[in-house]
Amino acid sequence: MKKVHISTTINGDEVDFLCEPTQTLLDVLRDELHMTGTKEGCGTGDCGACSVTLDGTLVCSCLVLGAEVGDKSIETIEGMAQGEELHPLQQKFIDHVALQCGICTPGLLVASKKLLERNPDPSEEEIRYWLAGNLCRCTGYQKIVEAVADAAQEMRSA
Amino acid sequence: MDNLRYEAADTLAHAAQLIAAESGDVRVLAGGTDVLVQMHSDMIEPDLIVDIKNIPEVRTIQQEDGGWRFGAAVPGLELMDHADFCAAWPGVMDGVKLIGSVQIRGRASVGGNLCNASPAADSVPPMIAASAMATVFGPNGSREVPVQDIAVGPGKTSLEKGEIVVSFSLPPRPAHSGDAYLRFTPRTEMDIAVVGVAVNLTLDDAGICTAARVVLGAVAARALLVQEAADALIGTSVDDAAIENMIQEVRAACRPIDDKRGTIEFRTKVAGVLAERATKIALERARGA
Ligand SMILES: Cc1cc2nc3c(=O)[nH]c(=O)nc-3n(C[C@@H](O)[C@@H](O)[C@H](O)COP(=O)(O)OP(=O)(O)OC[C@H]3O[C@@H](n4cnc5c(N)ncnc54)[C@H](O)[C@@H]3O)c2cc1C
Ligand code: FES
Ligand code: FES
Repeated sequence: MKKVHISTTINGDEVDFLCEPTQTLLDVLRDELHMTGTKEGCGTGDCGACSVTLDGTLVCSCLVLGAEVGDKSIETIEGMAQGEELHPLQQKFIDHVALQCGICTPGLLVASKKLLERNPDPSEEEIRYWLAGNLCRCTGYQKIVEAVADAAQEMRSA
Repeated sequence: MDNLRYEAADTLAHAAQLIAAESGDVRVLAGGTDVLVQMHSDMIEPDLIVDIKNIPEVRTIQQEDGGWRFGAAVPGLELMDHADFCAAWPGVMDGVKLIGSVQIRGRASVGGNLCNASPAADSVPPMIAASAMATVFGPNGSREVPVQDIAVGPGKTSLEKGEIVVSFSLPPRPAHSGDAYLRFTPRTEMDIAVVGVAVNLTLDDAGICTAARVVLGAVAARALLVQEAADALIGTSVDDAAIENMIQEVRAACRPIDDKRGTIEFRTKVAGVLAERATKIALERARGA
């Protein structure tokens, strides 16, 4: 299969890669660029583990082709902490023990970050609806919702 | 699919040319929320993917002749963020907002929802209720097609090879008009409609219904526009008696499948319940407009 050459921006860095037309953005991130923070749960848009933003829009990277992302701006979980300093959401997920196995966590963090950009003061209901596309088999969601609300409060007072 | 090629078209003519030049299986790509799932599960094995998202006409939302026109590949989220469109067509938006999750709506388009031709597609019944027209572009030029004539059965459309839905036009709304869409799913989010009902009404100054469209989703091989149900409302004040007659017509029109997600009896009963509720929401919106 003829490979496609793509130049794009990921977490602020210019990146070049070759991909096959059948490869998804998720395949490219994990297998070509070895950015394995983004997880695959289902490959069909149901679980949200592969969530990234594409030109600022929250998407499932398993439902985007690598060939589609030329000259875009992509943000993944790898761009969330500033060096050693965790993003408030990351810190609150730890403080509230909002993760167990951790497979869902990168997707939930990326999705929650986008929520707080759009709505710095979401209600519990708004958090739950926004995160409906992110499945977690372990936590039962309660601690995740609490962590997001707590991070939102901290970020508002910062 | 081992020889799959990806091409992004810049113009409608370019897309038509790419499709015409390919002898194998071609898929138009909008948001990809059906195309990529179907490729992943080997349901489809295209030789060529033609991405239409960079074509300006399929991505714009604008007022036109007192009504609205929006591109077939506009993602649901962009419609949701368009306050004026949402205010004009709340029932269409009821359907759009129900599609998948935030992530899915960031990509999924109304054009893709229609052309995928699932009988349970949530944006299709309210678009039909709205009397939306599709502008279709193909090798033989452009034509205007009522949205109800595009999807003809599960996975099947009336589009000819090489034809693309470019945009949808929604007519100007008379005063006192309102629309609504409701669906039944076992889960509140991220589930496929077992039944969906869309209602679009216009009232006169005295509150008498002068125009109505009632559309059912997921109870037949394609969305059904039920004229008899609309006739039960037209000329009435949409009182309980009229709504009861409308419910009977809705149930009479249902031809659902029988499966583990809903028996024929259940789907038929729920269609009537949702028709009543959707009518009351549409009525409230019409009275407020
Ligand atoms: C997890 C998940 C949950 C979902 N939940 C729902 C739900 O609750 N309700 C619901 O209704 N749907 C749901 N869907 C399906 C919904 O996302 C799709 O039907 C979507 O609307 C299709 O739009 P798209 O832009 O992604 O289309 P694509 O996947 O790009 O295309 C879909 C089909 O239409 C064709 N096509 C696309 N655009 C055009 C065009 N302009 N002209 C001609 N042909 C075209 C394509 O070739 C393809 O066959 C869900 C999907 C996923 C993955
Ligand atoms: S891996 Fe993409 S949604 Fe599950
Ligand atoms: S922590 Fe295991 S899936 Fe969420």
